[in-house]
Amino acid sequence: MNKVGLIISREYFTRVKKKSFLITTILVPLVIIGFYAAIIAISLKDSDEKQTIAVVDEANLFNGQIPDAGKSFTFKFIPNETEKTFITKYKDQGYQSFLYIPPFDLNKPDKFILHSQSSASLPTTSAIEKYINKAIRDKRLVAQGFDPKKYESIVADVNLDNTIDTKDGAKKSVAGVAYAVSFACGILIYMMMIIYGTQVMRGVTEEKTNRIAEVIVSSVKPFQLMMGKIIGIGAVGLTQFAIWIILIFTMQLALPLIFPDLLNQVNNAGNNAETASMAATAMQGFSSLPLFKIAASFIFYFLGGYLTYASLFAAVGSVVSEDQQEAQQLIFPILMPIILGFVIMTKAVNEPNSSLAVFGSLFPLTSPIVMMGRITYDIPFWQMALSMLLLVGCFLLFTWITGKIYRTGILMYGKKPSWKEMIKWGFRKS
Amino acid sequence: MNVLELEHIKKYFATQKAVDDISMTIAEGQIFGLLGPNGAGKTTLLRMITGIFYPDSGQITLNGKKFDALNDAINIGYMPEERGLYKKMKIGEQALYLARLKGMSKADAMTEIKRWFVKFEMESWWNKKVEDLSKGMSQKLQFVTTVLHRPKLIILDEPFSGLDPVNANLIKDEIFNLARNGTTIIFSTHRMEQVEEICNHIALVNKGKKILDGTVQQVKQDFKENIYSLGAPVLAEHLMTHIFEVVKHEPGKLLLKLGEGTSPNDVLKYFINQNVPIISFNEVLPSLNDIFIRLVEGTAAARQFQTIN
Repeated sequence: MNKVGLIISREYFTRVKKKSFLITTILVPLVIIGFYAAIIAISLKDSDEKQTIAVVDEANLFNGQIPDAGKSFTFKFIPNETEKTFITKYKDQGYQSFLYIPPFDLNKPDKFILHSQSSASLPTTSAIEKYINKAIRDKRLVAQGFDPKKYESIVADVNLDNTIDTKDGAKKSVAGVAYAVSFACGILIYMMMIIYGTQVMRGVTEEKTNRIAEVIVSSVKPFQLMMGKIIGIGAVGLTQFAIWIILIFTMQLALPLIFPDLLNQVNNAGNNAETASMAATAMQGFSSLPLFKIAASFIFYFLGGYLTYASLFAAVGSVVSEDQQEAQQLIFPILMPIILGFVIMTKAVNEPNSSLAVFGSLFPLTSPIVMMGRITYDIPFWQMALSMLLLVGCFLLFTWITGKIYRTGILMYGKKPSWKEMIKWGFRKS
Repeated sequence: MNVLELEHIKKYFATQKAVDDISMTIAEGQIFGLLGPNGAGKTTLLRMITGIFYPDSGQITLNGKKFDALNDAINIGYMPEERGLYKKMKIGEQALYLARLKGMSKADAMTEIKRWFVKFEMESWWNKKVEDLSKGMSQKLQFVTTVLHRPKLIILDEPFSGLDPVNANLIKDEIFNLARNGTTIIFSTHRMEQVEEICNHIALVNKGKKILDGTVQQVKQDFKENIYSLGAPVLAEHLMTHIFEVVKHEPGKLLLKLGEGTSPNDVLKYFINQNVPIISFNEVLPSLNDIFIRLVEGTAAARQFQTIN
């Protein structure tokens, strides 16, 4: 076996054989799934705590009651009080907040105030705004001689379906699912680039401070050692990714077998037909996505992005010593474009064809993240090809330059070199 | 036959002439001591011999052929001054890995590792990690990984630091053993008593230049100062003579320095004529330590930075 192969297999197997690798590989998705399940459960569950809000309705807008107050609020109308008199009392009477509705002009309604002891949450204020708006609308309808009930039956409420017409026929697009998948891919690439990049950096620093680099560099070229490490750790990343995919598929297959009633239960939740249909739409949305294209691009952009940044991380690792603070300072400029990519990605999932998104998905330092954020949308072929070409070119250029910095840095001890020195190392001949 | 020949080797760094025109030859089976104060350029020189650095100019010849860092790796074993091992890696795997990086086959490496582990009583270490070892133990492991692949040339940078006398002797014996079997050993240190004990040839480097080169005996002869030690109950009245100078006078022992044109026989005759009972008489050669200090003294203790054009 050649020497780079030996280095790769050492880097790979020492990491994969660790118990912590197995634990994080299996636990991380479980934790993420559990986390989302908890969020969904919390948001689906009706809030047990009903807020009781006192209402001082001087304009008699609500006629003493708010219809469809829902499960979250109880409104108590307080008669014979004014804003000024009640403001001193509401705390003592056990209210967290009270809504004051002054007499107002129906054509220019304003000066509604929610008094509270601490700042009210956004859902609370927007729900109350909705009640007030509806009451005012009804009052205006009556003033114009309409029956509010009749109005409700007149108002339309349609849902717009979007189909994507491809060669394989029309597919139903589910904007929410596409959005979620894009976002998830972008975040995953972002996390994997940072996690595995810093692993490369720590590995290099370890070799340098243990002085093992000196022993190894007397057997192989520094560049071989650097590439062996980068490729070995990258392979660990791919392995982790593969395990995740297998886990997800087996879980999808195994869950209905283990709990045959699970799906029925979900469907029979009955009282919540909306949830069931949402789940169905989501499944439909998934199947409408180009899953193969997503997985292939994910692997390409993970490798491209990882290799480009790993060589930078390796160069940083080679110039610092034990002092972690030095490393922090030097990593910062490397993290900047990664974070920039993340920010552009959050925009790109909303507007996949905006010029910012296109720029971000071509610029090789941000393209792995941003392109994954656009991946569920149709991307012109030339953009995809150019983006991949630029990424590969950038990787080659960076590896060539950082290889030289690494070669010098790994055998230097003592003072951390300045940026100027490092750039000089990177561009000198031979 | 010369295993290693260095011709006019130069290596300049941005602020240092680390190695400034050094030439030397090292013969097969020699134990060669490379001496020098801190910062003299020893490590840089060794790094060029191990192929870690390329010299700016000059030529290195190994076994009669131009040195080729990659293909000659199998011929060289290098043990750096500050030990280099993966702390978290199992000891057996680590030895195997380093041997295979040198170019050994897996089976070959395994037999060699087992042989050395038995020899050094390290069999029970196989599944331990380096972080479990004491400093002396990891030193032994480091030595084993350096010599595993049967290199022709072994370079040891301070091999005894941190070893207890028993283990130091173990390694010393092994060094002699290897040299007897034709392995050439370069040995960098600033512990002079070890050099006198082990090396048969030395070179002294200071400020990037070689200032001394020769066998230990030859160097001592070159620097001798005609000092003799006389074991005899000498009295003060016997010392009134011009044929020697008194260096040190103790009861029963006299250190003397011969005057111009005097021979040891003249001194003996003189004392015999004085009826002094002589018990012993021998030449005192300077220790390498004295020579080292004499040569290096007067140059600035720490190397100064300079600008290289």
